[in-house]
Amino acid sequence: MKANVWMGRNRLEIQDVPDPQILNARDAIVRVTSTAICGSDLHLVDGYIPTVKKGDVLGHEFMGEVVEVGSGVRDLHVGDRVVVPFPIACGACFACEEGLYSVCENSNPNAGIAEKLMGHAPAGIFGYSHMLGGFPGGQAEYVRVPFADVGPIKVEDDLPDEKVLFLSDIFPTGFMGAEMCDIKPGQTIAIWGAGPVGQFAAASAFLLGADRVIVIDRFPYRLRRVQRTGAEVLNYEEVNVLDALRDMTGGRGPDACIDAVGMEAHHPTPAIYAYDRTKQAARLETERPYVLREAIMACRNGGVVSVIGVYGGFVDKFPMGTVMNRSLTIRTGQCHVQRYTEPLLQRIRGGEIDPSFVISHRMPLSEAPHAFELFKNKQDECNKVVLTP
Amino acid sequence: MTDKFVRALGWASLALGAVQLAAPRAVTRLCGVDDTPGATTVARLVGGRELLHAALLLGARNPARWAWTRVAGDTMDLGVLGKAAANRTGARRIRALAALGAVAGITALDVACARGGTAKARGPLQVRASIVINKPREEVYRFWRDLENLPSFMVHLDSVRAINQRRSRWKAKGPIVDLEWEAEIIEDRAGDLIAWRSVPGVGVSTDGLVGFTDGPGGRGTVVDVSLEYGAPGRKLAAAVARMFGEHPEQQVRDDLRRLKQVMETGEVVRSEGSPEGHRALRQLRQRPAQPIGGRA
Ligand SMILES: NC(=O)c1ccc[n+]([C@@H]2O[C@H](COP(=O)([O-])OP(=O)(O)OC[C@H]3O[C@@H](n4cnc5c(N)ncnc54)[C@H](O)[C@@H]3O)[C@@H](O)[C@H]2O)c1
Ligand SMILES: [Zn+2]
Ligand SMILES: [Zn+2]
Repeated sequence: MKANVWMGRNRLEIQDVPDPQILNARDAIVRVTSTAICGSDLHLVDGYIPTVKKGDVLGHEFMGEVVEVGSGVRDLHVGDRVVVPFPIACGACFACEEGLYSVCENSNPNAGIAEKLMGHAPAGIFGYSHMLGGFPGGQAEYVRVPFADVGPIKVEDDLPDEKVLFLSDIFPTGFMGAEMCDIKPGQTIAIWGAGPVGQFAAASAFLLGADRVIVIDRFPYRLRRVQRTGAEVLNYEEVNVLDALRDMTGGRGPDACIDAVGMEAHHPTPAIYAYDRTKQAARLETERPYVLREAIMACRNGGVVSVIGVYGGFVDKFPMGTVMNRSLTIRTGQCHVQRYTEPLLQRIRGGEIDPSFVISHRMPLSEAPHAFELFKNKQDECNKVVLTP
Repeated sequence: MTDKFVRALGWASLALGAVQLAAPRAVTRLCGVDDTPGATTVARLVGGRELLHAALLLGARNPARWAWTRVAGDTMDLGVLGKAAANRTGARRIRALAALGAVAGITALDVACARGGTAKARGPLQVRASIVINKPREEVYRFWRDLENLPSFMVHLDSVRAINQRRSRWKAKGPIVDLEWEAEIIEDRAGDLIAWRSVPGVGVSTDGLVGFTDGPGGRGTVVDVSLEYGAPGRKLAAAVARMFGEHPEQQVRDDLRRLKQVMETGEVVRSEGSPEGHRALRQLRQRPAQPIGGRA
């Protein structure tokens, strides 16, 4: 089969790789009908996530048709149309019972490696390094889906792929980012990053009752897109974000701040950007944590900082003093997608939201490397790419 | 020789190093070498070396090994002081000899400590690990008590055959030849614990104890395993560990993780690089979408 394969930093190739096979009784094989490129993939392509190897198949946002099931799969049959959550979860362990699917205790066969870096191991994730299981990803014609009776959600044919595909990751992720803010009526939420994840976070904050949402980015085309959700916007290249947020909230600061940017944030002051960029390139620190620092500084006393942007390792100059003295709460995590698929599918069905609003490009899988270029460099007003095998 | 003693030596190194760096002149006077031009520099260098010893002895997991670095340092100091005493007369010579005596005493302590530390490493190898499994105590106990189930999650075991209620025959993949031995259950308390040991005189000596207790908040079962490998078994354990590229401790933890997968999900969870199941080595070297009879 054809698949998008990581061949080194900033080197992707479409290659012929062996078709997946059933390995565990609870596996299913899914023929991919739609798959997408995520901001998280960029961290892999840029080489900031450890234990990615040449030949690894990328991709963790996908849906398709079940073409084979293992002997232990009930409730799922050949021919079913499914969307597959990006974290792999067994449904039976302590974490899964608590709804913490992205830290499932059983789905990462390489937990021993992850433990060494992180203390304890998170769940396995499709196409996201060997430390997170070494599972081939979804930017391919076929994928083996472990625990097929737990994660995949069946969808009826009347909903097109584009409306349900993002249940695999970014819609639940944006939603969880907003949910972690514990939004109460009248509140103002600030969101860093007007990428697809930030856009879903903004839409979700309104769904959850926020009064005002302020989104920060520097690309006008992305800020324009997010304005359609009803959000106000700030361009951090034009204004001082901390001052602007203070002015917009009567000096108090937003009730909650969402980091939807993560480890590869950009900084408007070239010297500061260069400083952390160099350290990151030399692997002295793994993150460029500007957004995290800024979100913490901006948040009102006693507020919540919700971190859905991905971080991989260690952060320098973390303002713990302000977190502690101002009673802030930090909440974070890879999205527990399985928790949200059903309720969010209902919201889509009920017409509350149409997730396809984020799509800017539709391309064949064979053009994945080029699509990555566009998405990474924000060329051609690229916002979200859907690939079809 | 206890780790406590080793740590004490570490603290001594720290104090000595700090003094030598802060007041090198006083130190050279005390040793009777304050008449040599480069002496304070040497004292400073030695002070730096002491700080290094301190870091090794206080910071390392297995500090006793590092005590040998102190012995090496002592030998150097003895040489320097011996030469100083030989070249001097009067009060300076007496001070140099006193310093020489003191260092000789310290050297004796260091040697004792270092030998103790290395000797300890030749005793039986003990490993311990535990995990919480989301199943009732009875069920986990019963699974383990059927020893023939062990190879389904212990990577280095090929098979275990029960001979009778107490005795069993174990087979493991060795680095050169496969190993076989007999074990007997020496204690068995239903739902609580199982202890076994290899039958004496079979070439391999291993003891094991697994305990089952209720998990935190009454949820699930805590499985607590201790294994001990005697002299011949120790070699086996080390060889097996090398073969799989893992530390024995890590291996037991990974085994328990596989036990958890089997109990909670029905089988060992596999990813593309582990086609024959649960071999830890394959898992470490796996490559998605590449092997499985493909072009690899
Ligand atoms: N927690 C999860 O489960 C989860 C799931 C999906 C994605 N993510 C993460 O969410 C983040 C965003 O994903 P995406 O797909 O939207 O990526 P993206 O690259 O499309 O968007 C990131 C946006 O952040 C903006 N940005 C960069 N520096 C900034 C700064 N200093 N201030 C404000 N904005 C800044 C960029 O201009 C860009 O528009 C990534 O880190 C991704 O890994 C997390
Ligand atoms: Zn993603
Ligand atoms: Zn689980």
